[in-house]
Amino acid sequence: MDNSIKKQILLAVVAVLLLALPFIASATGYPAMTSLATRALIYGIAAASLNLVLGYGGMVSFGHAAFFGLGGYVVGILYQHYTQDDLFLGLVPGTNQLLVTLPVTLIVCGAAAALIGALSLRTGGVQFIMITLAFAQMLFFLFVSLKTYGGDDGLIIRRTNELFGLKMRDKQTYYYVCLAITAVFFFLLWRLVNSRFGNVLTGLRQNARRMAALGLPAYRYKLVAFIISGMGAGLAGCLMANFLRFASPDMVHWTKSGELMVMVVLGGVGTLFGPLIGAAAYIVLESVLASWTEYWQLGLGFILLFVVLYTNGGIEALFGRLLGRRV
Amino acid sequence: MTLFLEQLLNGLQFGVMLFLLAAGLTLIFGIMGVINLAHGSIYMVGAYAGTWVAMQTGSFFLGIPAALAAAALVGAAIEFLIVRRLYKRDHLDQVLATFALILIFNQVVTLLFGRQPLFVSIPPLLDGSVQLLPGLPYPVYRLAIIVVGLLIAVGLYLLINKTRIGMLVRAGSTNREMVRALGVDVRVLYTIVFGLGALLAGLAGMMAGPILAVQVGMGEQILITTFVVVVIGGVGSIRGAFVASLLLGVVDTMLRAYLPSMLRHVMVGPEADALGAGIASMGIYLLMALVLLIRPKGLFASNF
Repeated sequence: MDNSIKKQILLAVVAVLLLALPFIASATGYPAMTSLATRALIYGIAAASLNLVLGYGGMVSFGHAAFFGLGGYVVGILYQHYTQDDLFLGLVPGTNQLLVTLPVTLIVCGAAAALIGALSLRTGGVQFIMITLAFAQMLFFLFVSLKTYGGDDGLIIRRTNELFGLKMRDKQTYYYVCLAITAVFFFLLWRLVNSRFGNVLTGLRQNARRMAALGLPAYRYKLVAFIISGMGAGLAGCLMANFLRFASPDMVHWTKSGELMVMVVLGGVGTLFGPLIGAAAYIVLESVLASWTEYWQLGLGFILLFVVLYTNGGIEALFGRLLGRRV
Repeated sequence: MTLFLEQLLNGLQFGVMLFLLAAGLTLIFGIMGVINLAHGSIYMVGAYAGTWVAMQTGSFFLGIPAALAAAALVGAAIEFLIVRRLYKRDHLDQVLATFALILIFNQVVTLLFGRQPLFVSIPPLLDGSVQLLPGLPYPVYRLAIIVVGLLIAVGLYLLINKTRIGMLVRAGSTNREMVRALGVDVRVLYTIVFGLGALLAGLAGMMAGPILAVQVGMGEQILITTFVVVVIGGVGSIRGAFVASLLLGVVDTMLRAYLPSMLRHVMVGPEADALGAGIASMGIYLLMALVLLIRPKGLFASNF
């Protein structure tokens, strides 16, 4: 009881801080902090989506960059057809409205996740890790080979998608758009993981055989979780492409899948806000280390190794232990 | 026809290289249950160490023991310091810890050797080409790789099937706990297997030196392909790794050789080349998806 009140207070403090962040950033003379926070929010969405299958469902997907990149390319491709004023595959007109690209992203990524998930979930364990990686690689090479959409070089999106006539190019405005979407996303995710569906998913991770004995169709539950997770990662990709005004095969590269996993593990596997914290930690770590040395990945490697080998449950667990100790 | 034969041989050559990596990887997974993403890094270490020694001394053949020693040492160190702690962990921790190792190795190698790729020339003894058939000259060096790879395959077959260590390895990949219960010191067995895998990876790296550029990131490219091999062949099965390596090597090479020209019949040149290269790169992953659909545990899955 005491603990849950503490959690609510903590959540409220964090929410106020996030709302005030752009003002704090410009007041303290670090305006770049807003961009950093935007990236952290976006990666937080992607990592939390991955966490739904990885942490709650126990499915180690090594290919979530596929959906992240696909989301980005939906924005990029639709924008290119919008500027060239022609049709995608001779059927679909392009657009630059976020209210269109966002749902399209969700549909495309959901469909892709349904296809990839339906095939991948026939296997398990190490085969699942490798087949998800293989599908992501397939998409990577596909985008590299599509010369019409930039190939190796990627796709430049000259203007951010429009939304209600807001000045989306403005860093602060875009931060608040991302913050709002993140809030909605985490609210839905919170409802989802605490629903019957979420319980079944957790149960499947803990003991698949027992859940099967209860008469629950494991495959279907896992597939739905995988689809939702893919849509979430796609949403993040859509926001990221709008933020960078650029979509490239880099977004689908397998190291991106690895990075997302790192964020989840940094923050805490199978926790609601862990991945968000992990994403923020990763982004901060990256920019701090990169400002010291061009070999920043060396430091990242050692930190990651330490976190995996010696901490038990990432930053969120660390917080929890600190909170717990104080009681 | 001669072109086809030449591509077939190229495919075989790529296949045996894959086998050298896949054999170690599949044993490490089959016996210890560890996913080792750092296997590609050991390949890179072997390539760098061997190539560097070859460049310094001017002798390719002095580079080979250097590559083997460096790879085996690094492999044993990884096993002793990191992987040993991961045996009881889940796959996620293994993937992440060895992912961290990739980052560390790439940066350390960049610090030591810089970003410029290293080049070593083919030793004079293996330079040039031989007439395999009338009108079919083939580089001696690539032929040597094929021969070495096949010899190692035979050696591994004898080691696994005819020796005491091999017996323990087979037993270990069938039922790890039982082997331990029978009083075998599995830790020694694990280190031997890991070292052997590292040795083969280092050898592959050294042999790749004269045909590919020795550069940071070379390990990851081939690592992912190797994983495809291991999964198609069935995790833990050397025989599966052998069949799948040759299959993938040939399929990949053939697609790369013929797909762009086939596509050029239906579309314009540069676009056909790009798309053909792209689809050729996707080919092995499609093959893997197909195999897993029919046999979710791979072609030669050992029963564990």
